Amino acid sequence: MSTQALDHTDVHAHSDHHEHHPETFWSKYVFSMDHKMIAKQFLITGIIMAIIGMVLSVLFRIQLGWPEESFPFLERILGKWAKDGRIDPSFYMSMVTIHGTIMVFFVLTAGLSGTFSNLLIPLQVGARDMASPFINMLSYWFFFTASVIMTYSLMIETGPASGGWTIYPPLSALPKAMPGSGLGMTLWLLSMGLFVASSLMGGINYISTVLNMRTKGMAMTKMPLTIWAFFLTAVLGVLSFPVLLAGVILLIFDRSFGTSFYLSDIYIGGEALPNHGGSPVLFQHLFWFLGHPEVYIIIMPALGITSEIIATNARKPIFGYRAMIMSLIGIAFLSFIVWGHHMFVTGMNPFLGSVFMFTTLIIAVPSAVKTFNYLATLWKGNIQFTPAMMFSMGLVSLFISGGLTGIFLGNAALDINLHDTYFVVAHFHIVMGSSAMFGMFAGVYHWYPKMFGRMMDARLGYFHFWLTFIAVYCVFFPMHFIGLDGVPRRYYAFTSFEFMNEWLVVNQFISIAAIIGSLAQFIFLYNFFRSIFKGEKATQNPWKSNTLEWTTPVEHIHGNWPGEIPSVYRWPYDYSKPGHDEDFIPQTTPYSETISSNIPTDFGIHEEPVKAEEKSN
Amino acid sequence: MNTMTVEQDKFNPRPVKFVLWLFILSSIMMFAGLTSAYIVRQAEGNWKIFDLPSIFYITTVLILLSSATMHYSVLQAKKNNIAKQQIGLWLSFLLGAGFLAGQYMGWQELIANKVYFVGNPSESFVYVISGLHGAHIVAGLLLMVSALIGVYRNISQTKNIFRMELTSIFWHFIDILWIYLFVFLLINR
Repeated sequence: MSTQALDHTDVHAHSDHHEHHPETFWSKYVFSMDHKMIAKQFLITGIIMAIIGMVLSVLFRIQLGWPEESFPFLERILGKWAKDGRIDPSFYMSMVTIHGTIMVFFVLTAGLSGTFSNLLIPLQVGARDMASPFINMLSYWFFFTASVIMTYSLMIETGPASGGWTIYPPLSALPKAMPGSGLGMTLWLLSMGLFVASSLMGGINYISTVLNMRTKGMAMTKMPLTIWAFFLTAVLGVLSFPVLLAGVILLIFDRSFGTSFYLSDIYIGGEALPNHGGSPVLFQHLFWFLGHPEVYIIIMPALGITSEIIATNARKPIFGYRAMIMSLIGIAFLSFIVWGHHMFVTGMNPFLGSVFMFTTLIIAVPSAVKTFNYLATLWKGNIQFTPAMMFSMGLVSLFISGGLTGIFLGNAALDINLHDTYFVVAHFHIVMGSSAMFGMFAGVYHWYPKMFGRMMDARLGYFHFWLTFIAVYCVFFPMHFIGLDGVPRRYYAFTSFEFMNEWLVVNQFISIAAIIGSLAQFIFLYNFFRSIFKGEKATQNPWKSNTLEWTTPVEHIHGNWPGEIPSVYRWPYDYSKPGHDEDFIPQTTPYSETISSNIPTDFGIHEEPVKAEEKSN
Repeated sequence: MNTMTVEQDKFNPRPVKFVLWLFILSSIMMFAGLTSAYIVRQAEGNWKIFDLPSIFYITTVLILLSSATMHYSVLQAKKNNIAKQQIGLWLSFLLGAGFLAGQYMGWQELIANKVYFVGNPSESFVYVISGLHGAHIVAGLLLMVSALIGVYRNISQTKNIFRMELTSIFWHFIDILWIYLFVFLLINR
């Protein structure tokens, strides 16, 4: 413990070193370059965006559940978009589009990675801050501007973008195609351009920090799995977002300068457009080359957070640490060669389709490795049912049920039937949407003491968990059956088609469950914002965890540790090690202090701790 | 222990240099996306064939020369030979600006040959690819300006070399990138 028991006389010398200028309100809370503050900024912006996305989903669920009825209060909220209390069909399309965009990019990419990568990377690898705090700040402000523009687009006269979150041309390329294709689409592109820039700046910083700024003794194979997940997520982002950018640049030229990359032989109102020679499928290739890694960008941080929380709260070492890393790497690699499974029905060569089907189904292997490792970690553990742990186990449940339907959809032959039906909606909302959201909740409950120095209320946490968990299954499970019956997604009303009529009752059930689930989120919001000011004060290491972030003082200081950064001697999962008097041994404890619990493999597999131990002696 | 702390916290150029490499990686991915789109689109037929502007051969020579002068400048900076470093930087800057002007003349040559930005995708692609590469050149020139300002303001030798290294890594990258793009466009017509 020599590194932790530093004399605090160094604090002043140290803070002088870091803070040459006095901290004002603006430099501390607004244009902050401190990774902990930036993490909180990302989280709160993400939460606000999540509320907007959730409200939109409730609004279109009302339309789907009761397509024939009129709700006067809707007219009061939406004005001309809900004349006589009935939602306008084109605004319905807009809401679906913006709900998808906000949830996928703004909440589960920036809100999740932005919050936890920023908070945990420097704290868990033992660094004073990010590689470039300035770029980190820029990353947040680009994200913030993108969020403002996206939200603003909801309020313009012609309505926001409405061609779906995948913005396929020609709906996105021709301003005259539908109301939302005009200014709404322009704002969408502007917002997403800023968003991509923000993601790249963030991701580059995360990678550089993980590779270059680990503290002494923190080998790559001693990093917590959270860091591995954030690191690989950032790699995926850096490799895939530029390709989306390339696709979007071509789209912008098509929209505004009259080129024909994606447009060919189109007639509007009986008149032929001059565009000739383009291919709309080309856009789908470029989009899904990002789009598929993107879903792993969403889920991998959640998986990393879950690994950490499950090991800590099962009081057991994570089962198969190296297998967990290898499966993350496997998922990351495979995610780049499966994009074609979104395009099975675009007239793709069946042979090519079978190649994409093969690579897609292989992803089941690393995913199953992770799932079984979670279950094996829980097996006979001394499980602490904290709210974070509940949400982590909820993630495992959702990841399994959603993953199983992925095997159906990855099959090129079955996909002909299931493509663009509610089966797909059910699949990705469970496996990626809700799971990642559960990972995010787990992370918030677990690291709240680290972020705000206070605890969230556990009772409200359990209440929030059970309502959300049941609501998620009630909302998305019935959708599988609707989809198997062939009901297409994105339709405004089911009542116009004979065979869909019978699903109306199910849709009402789903809508009621969705509304209850949404109301449950207000419990979380109340708990979150109340605890910032009135929560119980947190102790330094409330969950008795091994990782480095819990060796920092509760009060935030710039530079994270007063004095020297602690050195690391062991992996992060020494929980309930036989022979030790406590059920956890922090990474900062040298082997020389734990003679009673050392086992040969501590030294046989990793050789560095032996050297480190000699030095500390 | 204070010395330890200072050692841990002193200016470390490695992470920042790494950030540049990662930026280069993402840039490579963007151009890989564009050139893949080019090939996929070409395979679908209806593809107009035309000659690339002859001035592109000259600009290619210019940017190769500028890489050489950039390298010379870094070597001189490391030898603490500031005057020669300045000459090298100025030469690279002028060659780079010349490259940019040449690319613009190339576009005019294309227009003279009735190859327009708004036309067959094969034509639009040449403008988009060379235009985005041009944007990278502008960024490279700005890095050179920052290095030049550093030299004239007499910043410390460590920082001077750091700026020079960043500039030269990026400049060599966009040089190689142009050669890739030019050869790619020549082969896949």
